[in-house]
Amino acid sequence: MESWRQQPLVFWIFILPGGLWLLLFFMAPLALVWLFSFGERAGVIGIEITGTLANYWEALEPLYLGLFWKSLWIAAIATLATLIVSFPVALAVSFASRQMKPILLLLVILPFWTNLLIRTYAMIAVLRTNGYINYGLEGVWNGVSAATATVGLGALPAFQPLTLLYNNTAVIIGIVYIYLPFMVLPLYATLERLDRSFLEASLDLGAGQWRTFFNVVVPLAKAGIISGIILVFIPALGTFLISDLLGGPDSQLIGNVIERQFKAANNWPLGAAMSFLLMYVTFAVLALRSMFMNRDV
Amino acid sequence: MSDRPGPLDYSRKLWLRLWLLAVFVFLYAPIVILVLFSFNDSKRNIVWRGFTLDYYVKAWHNAPLIEAFVNTLVIALIATAISTVIGALVALALWRFRFPVKPLFEGAMALPIVIPEICMGVALMAFFARIGWPTQMPWPLSLASITVGHVAFCFPFVAIVVRARMVGFDRSLEEASKDLGASEWQTFRYITLPYMQPGLIAGGLLAMTLSLDDFVITFFTSGPETLTFPVKVYSMVRFGATPEVNAASTLLIVITIVLTVIAMLLQRPDKELQA
Repeated sequence: MESWRQQPLVFWIFILPGGLWLLLFFMAPLALVWLFSFGERAGVIGIEITGTLANYWEALEPLYLGLFWKSLWIAAIATLATLIVSFPVALAVSFASRQMKPILLLLVILPFWTNLLIRTYAMIAVLRTNGYINYGLEGVWNGVSAATATVGLGALPAFQPLTLLYNNTAVIIGIVYIYLPFMVLPLYATLERLDRSFLEASLDLGAGQWRTFFNVVVPLAKAGIISGIILVFIPALGTFLISDLLGGPDSQLIGNVIERQFKAANNWPLGAAMSFLLMYVTFAVLALRSMFMNRDV
Repeated sequence: MSDRPGPLDYSRKLWLRLWLLAVFVFLYAPIVILVLFSFNDSKRNIVWRGFTLDYYVKAWHNAPLIEAFVNTLVIALIATAISTVIGALVALALWRFRFPVKPLFEGAMALPIVIPEICMGVALMAFFARIGWPTQMPWPLSLASITVGHVAFCFPFVAIVVRARMVGFDRSLEEASKDLGASEWQTFRYITLPYMQPGLIAGGLLAMTLSLDDFVITFFTSGPETLTFPVKVYSMVRFGATPEVNAASTLLIVITIVLTVIAMLLQRPDKELQA
C-alpha cells in the first residue's frame, strides 16, 4: 500500500466520485434530517431549526415509547425464530456433499432475488382467511368430517377458518420468510470452517448429540450466530412494509410511525427524531456486537 | 441398510432432511403459488379454474403498470452502471492507498449498508424536497432522484466485492508493466482491469439485484409523477390484489433470474482457470 501523496491525481480520480456521492446523497440528507429533529414546523411545509428537544420528548412519550418497545420485541422474537429455523438448514448445507452444496446454497439465496414487495404480497395469498393454508386445512377438516360421518360418529361442525393474517404473528412469519437467507448464509460460513474433529472428540468422549451441539457447535459458531442475528434484527426493527401489509391495526411498528410522520401526518421534525432514535438503537446493537466479538478473540 | 449414517453424517439424518424440505417449501410455496395463479382463469385467485394468459394481456394493456415496469428496469440499469464504476474506483482507492481519514471513510461507506433502510429513505425524501429537486422533468430525468438514491446504497456493496477480489492481486504485475514502459493508464487498462473483471461483474450483479429488490428507498424518493413498479404494485395491493399483479410480478421475477443466471455464466470460465 502506498501513500496517497505518491500518486495524488490517481488517488483523487479513484476516491472523488464515490466520496462526493456519499457526502452529497447520503451524509448531507442524514445531516439534514438530524437538524430537522431539532426543529419545529413553521407553516405547511416550512421547518425552522430552533434547537428544541421537544421532538425527542414527544418521541419518548409513553405512546411512541411503547411502539418502540413493541418493535424491539417483535424484531427480537422474529430474529430468534429465524435463528431456530435457519440453524438446521445451515448445518445440513455445510454437511452436504460437494455436489449438493452449491445447489442448496442457490436454493437458499434464490428467493432473495425477488422484490421485497412481491414476496410480502405472495405471503398475503398464503395466510389470508380464504388463503391457501386455510384452504388446505378446510380440505383436511371436511375429509375428517366425512370420515366421522360414515363411521356413524356424525359430521364435525362447519370449518372455521383461522385468522392468520393481519396480526402480530403474521408480521413475525413475514420477517422470518423475508430475512431467512440473511441468517442462513453467515451461519453456513462459520459451520463450513468448523473443525469436525472437535465434534468427533465430543461424541467419542461420551457427550450426546444435544450436548455436543450446545457445548461444542454453538460456541464455535458464535461469530456466525451473532452476524446472522445482526443482519436480521436491524432490518426487522426498521421494517414498515411487512407490518403494513401483513399486520393488523395493533401491529403498527416504529417504521410505520416514521413513515406516517413523513407522509400522511406531515410532521417531519417528529419523524426525524424517531428516525434518529432508531439509528441510535442500531448503533447500540452494533456496538454490542463488537463487544461480544472482541471478548474472546 | 448396512451403512447406517455415522454420528456426523448430518446430511443423511432424516429429521434434518425433513427440516430442510419444510424450509424450502416455506420459502418457495408462496412464490410458486403466485406464479401459478397468474395463469389461473379465476378472479378469486384461490381455486384453479384452468390455464389462461388473460392477465398477462391485461397487464400488457395496463399502461401505468407497463410504464412503472419499464421505469424500474431503467432505474436498475442506470444505477447498476453508475454504482459499478464509482464502487470499483473507491475499492481501488481503498485497496491501493493509505490516507489520513481512511478508517473514517470506511466507516461512512458502511453506513448505508447498516442503517435501517427507512432512515435512509426518509432522509433522501427530506433532502430532495429541501433542495428543491425538480419534480417536473422529461422522462428519463424524472427518474433521477430514485436512481441517485439507489446508487447511494448500491455502490458500497460493489466496493466491498471489488476490494475482496483485489486482495488476491499481485502488485508486482503492475510494477513489471510500468518497468516495461507502460503508462499508468495502460497498466490499469491491460493489467489491473482484466484482473478486476469478475469482481466487477459480481458487484454489478449485486447492485442490480439490490436495485430491483428495493422497495423502501424507491417508495420514499419517487415523486408524485413517477411511477415505479414496487410503488404501483403497492397501491394495487392496498386496493385489493388482482391476478394482474401476479402476472407483472412473475415477469419481474423471470427478468431478475435470467439476468442473474447470465451474470453467473459470465463469471464461470475464470473460476475454472483458477481452480
